[in-house]
Amino acid sequence: MSESRYAVGVDLGTTHCALSCVDLASSEGEVVKLEICPIPQLTAPGSVEERPLLPSFLYLPHPDELAPGDLILPWVEGQAWAVGHLARDKGAQTPIRLVSSAKSWLCHGGVDRRAAILPTEAPQEIERISPFTTSVRYLEHLRRAWNQLHPEDPLEQQELTITIPASFDPAARELTAEAAEAAGYPHATLLEEPQSALYSWIQSTNGAWRDQVRVGDVILVIDVGGGTTDLSLIAVVEQEGALELHRVAVGEHILLGGDNMDLALAHTVAQKLAGQGTRLDPWQIRALTHGCRAAKETLLSDPEQISVPVVVPGRSSKLIGGTVRSELTGEEVRAIALDGFFPVVDAAARPASRARAGLTQLGLPYAQDAAVTRHLAAFLGRQAEATSDLEGFARYLPEGASFLHPTAVLFNGGVFKAQPLAERVMSVLNDWLAAEQSPAARLLEGADLDLAVAKGAAYYGYVRGGSGVRIRGGTAQAYYVGVESAMPAVPGMDPPVNALCIAPFGMEEGSEAELPPQEFGLIVGEPVRFRFFGSSVRRHDQVGTLLEFWDEEEVQELEGIEATLPAEGRAVGEVVPVRLSAAVTETGTLRLEALPRGGGERWKVEFEVRS
Amino acid sequence: MTEQSPPSALSRLGLAFRVFFRTLFDPEFAGSTLDLLSGRVTKIESPQPKAPPPALLETSPDSALQLLGLLQQEGRLVDFLQEDVVRYSDDEIGAAVRVVHEGCRKVLNEHIILAPIRQEAEGARVSLEPGFDAAAMRPTGNVVGEPPFTGTLAHRGWRATEVRLPKLAQGHDVGVITPAEIEL
Repeated sequence: MSESRYAVGVDLGTTHCALSCVDLASSEGEVVKLEICPIPQLTAPGSVEERPLLPSFLYLPHPDELAPGDLILPWVEGQAWAVGHLARDKGAQTPIRLVSSAKSWLCHGGVDRRAAILPTEAPQEIERISPFTTSVRYLEHLRRAWNQLHPEDPLEQQELTITIPASFDPAARELTAEAAEAAGYPHATLLEEPQSALYSWIQSTNGAWRDQVRVGDVILVIDVGGGTTDLSLIAVVEQEGALELHRVAVGEHILLGGDNMDLALAHTVAQKLAGQGTRLDPWQIRALTHGCRAAKETLLSDPEQISVPVVVPGRSSKLIGGTVRSELTGEEVRAIALDGFFPVVDAAARPASRARAGLTQLGLPYAQDAAVTRHLAAFLGRQAEATSDLEGFARYLPEGASFLHPTAVLFNGGVFKAQPLAERVMSVLNDWLAAEQSPAARLLEGADLDLAVAKGAAYYGYVRGGSGVRIRGGTAQAYYVGVESAMPAVPGMDPPVNALCIAPFGMEEGSEAELPPQEFGLIVGEPVRFRFFGSSVRRHDQVGTLLEFWDEEEVQELEGIEATLPAEGRAVGEVVPVRLSAAVTETGTLRLEALPRGGGERWKVEFEVRS
Repeated sequence: MTEQSPPSALSRLGLAFRVFFRTLFDPEFAGSTLDLLSGRVTKIESPQPKAPPPALLETSPDSALQLLGLLQQEGRLVDFLQEDVVRYSDDEIGAAVRVVHEGCRKVLNEHIILAPIRQEAEGARVSLEPGFDAAAMRPTGNVVGEPPFTGTLAHRGWRATEVRLPKLAQGHDVGVITPAEIEL
């Protein structure tokens, strides 16, 4: 890929996508020419504009709904769908035809992500689309937008990086990589979003980051996007005299984001209006949500301001007569956004737990506890041991520490544009630290809250070429397959299952785990399913380790995996002993393969694809 | 001169009478008729070439309508201007103005980049040098004598430094400022 002119970063977000690039020819060392690429898109029927962000919405219009040419794009006369601004606006009026949060669906293990299930609320006659295909559509749009603006340097030939939540499980990573391939991105690399945010921060300091972090630092990245909260810990170590960054832990997938806050505020105002006898329709609620976001930022950044008016126009042409006026007070915003989503809690607080998701759950598994600070406490508590194996971190935590003590914090996500929210997180965290005799954590300043993920992705493509510091990561979980134990089954109970480790914690890209000694019998021509588990805390399990008992906090069940041995050269029904091999690809996905005994064959094991 | 289609039978009849009477009573015209009939002149030149008309350009209404559409879409400007404000209290109008102001401002920010023409604060003493751009700077009041003129800056002026309007599909009807909406 040395002939690439650009390193291109794609932020495939839950609510927005962005595209950025580093011009490799004009960048050297820490002087990097990085920019956000405009994305042409429909902003109204028949009207195309360039915007820095592509809203991650897809609209499936009725065949008679729009005039011919209304869905035109610079590269195509029209398609049966729209993505971006127009999709979001049309969807506000006709939600049954709108696909949103496809990314959350992509990592939702309770559904078949390749099945046409979206929009879930759509009536029969609307042809639905799968979360996978939706992602392909967004990526295709971005590719064609790029190619439109860079006809000499098609995207296919550039160094490509696509960001994913750090909490994406192997199946969701695989699906993203496959979607990229289907959308015409042949060699995309996956990068975790919090890492990307840190890369962007490093790049933005023009080399001064070395003065702001030091060996022994543990940086906590708090990334609160529109729809998800993603946490990561990155340690700063010294390697041959140079600073090196290690991503040591990632949090769980939390479906809780900035949009929830604005919606909560909107409902408060809507309730006030309902009390006065004014009912708002869904279209007005959306306008109200926008109004509340702006009001929230004003009120939180100016404590002097007692209230901010929020106005919602009606839909009819009577603007003055139809406009509903209410207001949001500073008190309400502090009660809801600050104390509701970022309450002052102690380090031992844990989020109200959600009942284990049933396997055929229909809706998205939204976080039940809206308190980001409680999720943060749970994450740091679970990861207390995260740095124990790192050289130089042996005496990092004080005696009896109940959670991992970060020394620096990097925020990401537009939510933190409201300064008091970031200040609240810092003060809560620093209270926890003070209670365990640790110094306060520093805030890493100057982050680009909206575009850091996209920018960091392009910068990562540049540093992969050999310039600048890289964050070492490896898999943030150890993986296990379920093996039925030899114990007698008890009626009415699932047979006891042991978990066999097939991939240890921290496998680096492009590496392969050794083979476990245990063999499985696969029936030729028949799909065989295995239960599959992951642990974000068991850092010492080696391939072949067999767990008989475990804590649900420690090891979590993922979706099952499935292996099918084709009948080539074998009799259907024959049982073949195989061993399971795990590798992490250069792209950043986990690859599982079944290796039959005594042969050079390798059969791919699929992360479960429900039929 | 543009090529004209041949006159109809009826207008030819009228024309024949007019030529008949003018030839009869106007000796100069009779000479021209003779020249025309004998084939010496095929077309009558207009006696004096006209001065070219002043250069007034027709502007295309398309971008005006497009901008109006954007102001309506984002800021409900047309709805606001078409409504009878007399019936409403200032509070009610004020609430609606927030919608109009916020939306229209967004349209301006996104589509028309504006910059003040004079950087000085309004109320400051400024002078207009000889050869100043009279389109961008307008002296008012006691306008006598020769520049440099000195006076007080009453308005800083605005200049659109960049216009970025959305591209439109071929055949897109810009006359539709906002479509009728029918909720099913």
